Amino acid sequence: MSRALSRLVPYPRLSAGLTLMWLLLNAPLTPGSALMALALGLLVPGVMRALRPKGVRVRRPGTILRLLALVLYDMLRSNIDVAKIILGLRRGERRTGFVSVPLDLREPIGLSVLSIILTGTPGTLWVQYDSHTGRLLMHILDHSEGDDWVRRVKDRYERPLMEIFS
Amino acid sequence: MTGENLPAWAAWIVVALAVAGAGFSLTGALGLIRLKTFYERVHAPTLGATLGTALILAGSMLLLSLIEGRFVLRDALIGVFISVTTPVTMLLLARAAAHRDRTEKNPGAPPEP
Amino acid sequence: MSAVTVSVLDWGLGLAQGMLVLAMALATWRMLRGPRAQDRILGLDTLYLNGMLAIVVHGMRTGSGLYFEAALILGMIGFTATVALAKFLMQGEVVQ
Repeated sequence: MSRALSRLVPYPRLSAGLTLMWLLLNAPLTPGSALMALALGLLVPGVMRALRPKGVRVRRPGTILRLLALVLYDMLRSNIDVAKIILGLRRGERRTGFVSVPLDLREPIGLSVLSIILTGTPGTLWVQYDSHTGRLLMHILDHSEGDDWVRRVKDRYERPLMEIFS
Repeated sequence: MTGENLPAWAAWIVVALAVAGAGFSLTGALGLIRLKTFYERVHAPTLGATLGTALILAGSMLLLSLIEGRFVLRDALIGVFISVTTPVTMLLLARAAAHRDRTEKNPGAPPEP
Repeated sequence: MSAVTVSVLDWGLGLAQGMLVLAMALATWRMLRGPRAQDRILGLDTLYLNGMLAIVVHGMRTGSGLYFEAALILGMIGFTATVALAKFLMQGEVVQ
């Protein structure tokens, strides 16, 4: 039974996401759009199977929620910080430059999520990742406050991501 | 014209969200002018792509939900789309710039990672 | 009461639209000014983003959901254009 189910729905999260997306696009719920959404959710992941043979395992929903809240908070704060810099409201000398971070995270989807996080918080920019050495080059708009950015990236984002995608 | 049967508080909230979002986006565009080097300027449009977009879309969803009398959540799809694509464009652009600067041996070129 | 609400919406959203158009003008300036190709692409990307947001706000002003598709498509075109141009920078010009 469960094997038949997993053949029918190889990527349950992708199926759920596609179904939800179709329902949102055709908002007032009608039987027709619900049927179409269900068909889309069941059929399209079958095509995906040819592209990505290996699924990814996600663990620890609690850590995901905590990371999400942390990222939303950081996004808000860094938006305000960068806006202050642009508008000239920030006093004192500003130092800007590149920082190299040695990463232990190797899982490709985890790295993609990390790049979304770092780019989504203005003030940090993902420039280059070397997959052989595992080093990431970032550009920091304002690191004059003596923040240790290597520790910051590793503690705040990399460790929860390694717990989630382990 | 819209808003005939909209409560006044809702109109003020929608306007506040839209103006705040547009303000962040405008600040980001201003950063393109005011910041000195390319690597500093890449940070600026992210303001519009994150908080600017989020605030404007929140205002839009609130307004359309109140007008149509049901939850209209499809604008969130624009938010999902933007938050997935912006990192890709910024990352590619930064990498291309780094590559060019290193090849041309410019003084501001980034170090190897 | 309702007349006040209408004018609050109309003026407020008009202000937001004006700010986004100003942002588009600044992005265009950076696109035309350069100095280097990556700056122009960054300006173009910002122009697309702010144009998309302006369409969303315009949809709010008219109160119809019809502008949603236009905004989404503009976002997609902007994304594709920027990715293609950045790829071109990597491979087309400096390195053969």
